[in-house]
Amino acid sequence: MRRSSALALCVLLACALSLSGSPARSAGSPVTLLNVSYDPTRELYEALNKAFATQWLAQSGQALQIRQSHGGSGKQARAIIDGLQADVATLALAYDVNALSTQARLIPADWATRLPYNSAPYTSTIVFLVRKGNPKNIRDWGDLVRPGVEVITPNPKSSGGARWNFLAAWAWALHQPGGNEATALAFVTQLYKNVPVLDSGARGSTVTFAERGIGDALLAWENEALLATRQLGPDKFDIVLPSWSILAEPPVTVVDKVVDRRGTRTIAEAYLKFLYTSQGQEIIAQNFYRPRDAAVAQKYASQFPTLKLVTIDDTFGGWDKAQAKFFDDGGIFDQIYGQ
Amino acid sequence: MNQTALALSPAPAGVSASPGTGTGSRPSARRERAAREFRVLPGFGLTLGYTVLYLSLIVLIPLSAVFLRSAELGPEKFWQVVTTPRVLASLRLSFGASLLATGINAVFGFSIAWALTRQRFAGWRLFDAMIDLPFALPTAVAGIALTALYAPTGWIGQLLAPLGIKVAYTPLGIVVALAFVSLPFIVRTLQPVLVDLDRELERAAESMGASTMQTFRWVVLPSIWPALLTGVALGFSRAVGEYGSVIFIAGNIPNVSEIAPLVIMTKLEQYQYSQATAIAVVMLTVSFALMLGINGLQLWAQKRRRQR
Repeated sequence: MRRSSALALCVLLACALSLSGSPARSAGSPVTLLNVSYDPTRELYEALNKAFATQWLAQSGQALQIRQSHGGSGKQARAIIDGLQADVATLALAYDVNALSTQARLIPADWATRLPYNSAPYTSTIVFLVRKGNPKNIRDWGDLVRPGVEVITPNPKSSGGARWNFLAAWAWALHQPGGNEATALAFVTQLYKNVPVLDSGARGSTVTFAERGIGDALLAWENEALLATRQLGPDKFDIVLPSWSILAEPPVTVVDKVVDRRGTRTIAEAYLKFLYTSQGQEIIAQNFYRPRDAAVAQKYASQFPTLKLVTIDDTFGGWDKAQAKFFDDGGIFDQIYGQ
Repeated sequence: MNQTALALSPAPAGVSASPGTGTGSRPSARRERAAREFRVLPGFGLTLGYTVLYLSLIVLIPLSAVFLRSAELGPEKFWQVVTTPRVLASLRLSFGASLLATGINAVFGFSIAWALTRQRFAGWRLFDAMIDLPFALPTAVAGIALTALYAPTGWIGQLLAPLGIKVAYTPLGIVVALAFVSLPFIVRTLQPVLVDLDRELERAAESMGASTMQTFRWVVLPSIWPALLTGVALGFSRAVGEYGSVIFIAGNIPNVSEIAPLVIMTKLEQYQYSQATAIAVVMLTVSFALMLGINGLQLWAQKRRRQR
């Protein structure tokens, strides 16, 4: 008797569990999505999630709750590989999204072709944040290697943003008169000699520079630099745009294995498509990321001055090549630190 | 051999020996009952079962997973990974800074424990409670607080900066953070021993004409030596594995201020799981060897005391 009631309880529990995870959701029951993202996108996705949830409720009558997780891009990718149930991944660089495919087959290899612009709905670039009034007169990359100038950037081994910083510096050196691989290596080596602290992520570096008062220049995402000047006071920092920088394209993707298991594919795909709508692009621009949409870009043109930008594909032959050459063990970054 | 065994665990050996030796001719049933009366916890089989199961689940299985994962590399690659200059530098830093921090704590932790047990000053209970703070505080919070204090703009940092002393973002900062997290281990292991220390012995030594240094060296130190070593061992193992507080204050420059746990984290973030576990295996092995050494030293000290 007791046994059969225990069995019944088990069946009931199993039903409840399978219901909560089943694809057949009735309209009106709340759905949750988990967006696993990188460090500086907190504010961006807070705004986007709110707007999309409202739109989704109006469109389908279904309440939606989007949870966010933030951290260093590499760490976040690893968490998804290790089993974090992310419906969508919105990371700092394509290399980390690629890892979801190569390390764990969570997404197909051609994930980047599934959405416009290589699945990168917004872009950013690398700029310098300096102390108010620019006391060390830092105008371009070349000024960063002067003796006595301290530069703050995270460790490219652990931070996606830091890899963009590194490659932007490299690209600038290549574009100097007489620039080649050797001069670029010499320049970047000199640059990292001026780095007193290597934090593991972009936010850590911002804190080191802004709160701890370390360093004369912070190599930062443009969005992070704009946010820092707005939030921490425009009277404390200036933004310096170098002559050359890099076009950073943080990609987004649905995590196929997870959405198929949880039955959230439709809604996750709609969420990512929303990023490309004019409403989504507007929010993106308001949060200091460069929008793809021409009309929105026009509207916010004053916020995003035009720069000479290299792309990872043209200058470095794509992320896989760049990663192997610069950041893998024994690569150029390791050589800089004497290996 | 037998003598060593007695020295190893004097209390239980004495307890279990007495019914056996004293009641040699009595019926075995009574002997069993006598033995049973000493048991506080249920049967030996059950407790051993629990011990093995619990140790396996909590310690052995996770640790063997680490070893298995690193074995994927093969011996040649394993050696190559753990002997790269960057990894070696980080291991040297982790173990060196931990040794230094626990060494400093052995001295100051002892004086704190001494003051708290021998002196009754205003607010000693408050100080006593404060010793546990490093246990309770999330280490990241400790790291952020220490960095804010010791950064060139911080309260202490700006006093040290004109003297040319940099603490935050240097190996010195790592020692400070490790001293912080390992302090309670030493104080808390010394305190009960100091409380139990028979002050009559010190008075006797004094009345026999011993100087304070002599009393300390020949009366106090031998009694607290094993506890001090235990405290140092605990503090040291905590310091070697410490990650949270150190990364904030370290600066994390490869070959200079990058600790081994950070190298492990970095390897993980580059999806090099087996390389990360290889470094972990080296840390485990070195720590284990050091622990064994300290335990051996303790035994030796105990044995010597007993012989005297």
